[in-house]
Amino acid sequence: MLLMSVAGVGMAQTKSKTAGKANGNTAGKATGSTAGNTASIARGKVLYQNICLACHQADGSGVPRMNPPLIRTSFVLGDKTKLITILLKGLNDDVEIEGEYYSNPMPPQAQLKDEEIADVLTFVRNSFGNKASAIKPAEVKAVRAKIK
Amino acid sequence: MNKAFTLATVALTSLLTSFGPGVPGTTVTPDADNAGLKLPSGFGALVATEGLGHARHLTVTPEGDLYVKVEGTRNKGNTIWYLQDTNGDGKIDNKTSFFKYDGTGIEVKGNYLYASSNTDVYRFKLNNKHQVMDTSKAEVIVTGLINRHQHEAKAFKLDNDGNLYVNIGAYSNSCQTKDRTKGSLGMQPCPVLDSAGGIWQFKADKLNQTYGDGVRYATGLRNVVGLDWNTQLNQLFVMQHGRDQLHDLFPDIYDEKQSAELPAECMYALHKGSDCGWPYIYYDQFQHKKILAPEYGGDGKKTGGDHIQDPAAAYPGHMAPNDMLFYTGNMFPEKYRNGAFIAFHGSWNRAPEPQKGYFVVFQPFKDGKPAGDWEVFAEGFAGPGEIKSPGQAQHRPCGLAQGPDGSLYVSDDVKGTVYRIIYKK
Repeated sequence: MLLMSVAGVGMAQTKSKTAGKANGNTAGKATGSTAGNTASIARGKVLYQNICLACHQADGSGVPRMNPPLIRTSFVLGDKTKLITILLKGLNDDVEIEGEYYSNPMPPQAQLKDEEIADVLTFVRNSFGNKASAIKPAEVKAVRAKIK
Repeated sequence: MNKAFTLATVALTSLLTSFGPGVPGTTVTPDADNAGLKLPSGFGALVATEGLGHARHLTVTPEGDLYVKVEGTRNKGNTIWYLQDTNGDGKIDNKTSFFKYDGTGIEVKGNYLYASSNTDVYRFKLNNKHQVMDTSKAEVIVTGLINRHQHEAKAFKLDNDGNLYVNIGAYSNSCQTKDRTKGSLGMQPCPVLDSAGGIWQFKADKLNQTYGDGVRYATGLRNVVGLDWNTQLNQLFVMQHGRDQLHDLFPDIYDEKQSAELPAECMYALHKGSDCGWPYIYYDQFQHKKILAPEYGGDGKKTGGDHIQDPAAAYPGHMAPNDMLFYTGNMFPEKYRNGAFIAFHGSWNRAPEPQKGYFVVFQPFKDGKPAGDWEVFAEGFAGPGEIKSPGQAQHRPCGLAQGPDGSLYVSDDVKGTVYRIIYKK
């Protein structure tokens, strides 16, 4: 199952660090700051404040050993399909990031529109020190169709 | 971090073990900076040891040795530290580790050391110096308790009549049909309460017990990490972690400021059959009322749960009481005797408002009841400045224990520091 591979405990500390950096660098070049992205990030920021902030915190640092940080992790910067899937299906499993484990369940956010999920993820992928490519509504739509 | 769990290879200088902390005439002195803590006049603190990992609860033997329970290794590293101060200067100079299961609870009772994982309670036989005789031989006392990634720590306490009281935290925030989902209403009745959301009583000396062998001693408690047996009253006291996210889930009823303050973190004096009301009601410390939860038709004002027990005391929301300890020592001034220390781990569910807690408070008691306002006893764990998110805290107080000399020990689950607070007279 897809989620299991996302949350698999086999992800070594060094691997996740490297993955985060590599994605951040390459994606940073690809992204630039186009007007479209800026608008999406601005909309995503509002959604983040209303929906995500309580658990993941204003600075994206999460809550130690409860709610995962969103800063330079492969979960955020890596495979877009896995990231979109976490939002649509939620996550109820141990997550390992840099040797720490995070266990609080995340509720599914499937009630959000494709554009809203794209916006909030684009915001997260370009905040808290993250730099990664935008996520487009069409990408969310494709993942949603697949997991239904 | 596994490095921290590598078995310490400090040579045991057995010749020195005749001295120990708590022995009259030893010279335990506070650190020059009181270990970074701010304390009432006359008190001092020292770092007894640090770098233990995510140190949760701790317990002190009659000899003054410590056992500290650690979590967060996912069973990859050792999770119980045995700590000795062999020369009596207050600093731990001998440490060994054993046990493989994450968890929070630990207590020395009689000739046994009890420790919990997130599903089980184990015990080890102790010798006449309260040292574990065989660290590879853990007896299973309770097994198969529910663990669904939320409130999974099985904090526990023993009484003096051979009973064990185990918290089984609710695997839910507020028993919504869809957990932590905006607007989702509460399940009626809440099915979580059948196997969690309360304190279960087991026998302390019977092996392999599970739900069917235990008694649901108290229900309607969302999650309890801090609890203590009051030997003066012969009664179990618990601190509940109140529900989260009133604003996120019901923004039409609660604004962010109300959601940061509500509901109260409550102390309950339990008896067999206590019902503290989760998830149907919560306690509002401003209205001094039990308020119907929004998941069950509440609007922030409607009261509910007339049959529900009132809290013994109420504290600001989300501060996360992770341990409580009735002080019975002789070292501290008289006002502290039989009152309660409470370690507030510190909030996260106040964002975007500033966080709160990250300190140890003292709750005065008189005639077996909280009497007078609580006061901050030890602060400064988190470091300077306002805490906006819990990751900024340098240390977070988690466990409390009393030494044989009356010292108060406080564990920190960020860096694994053990503080020892003493009164200088």
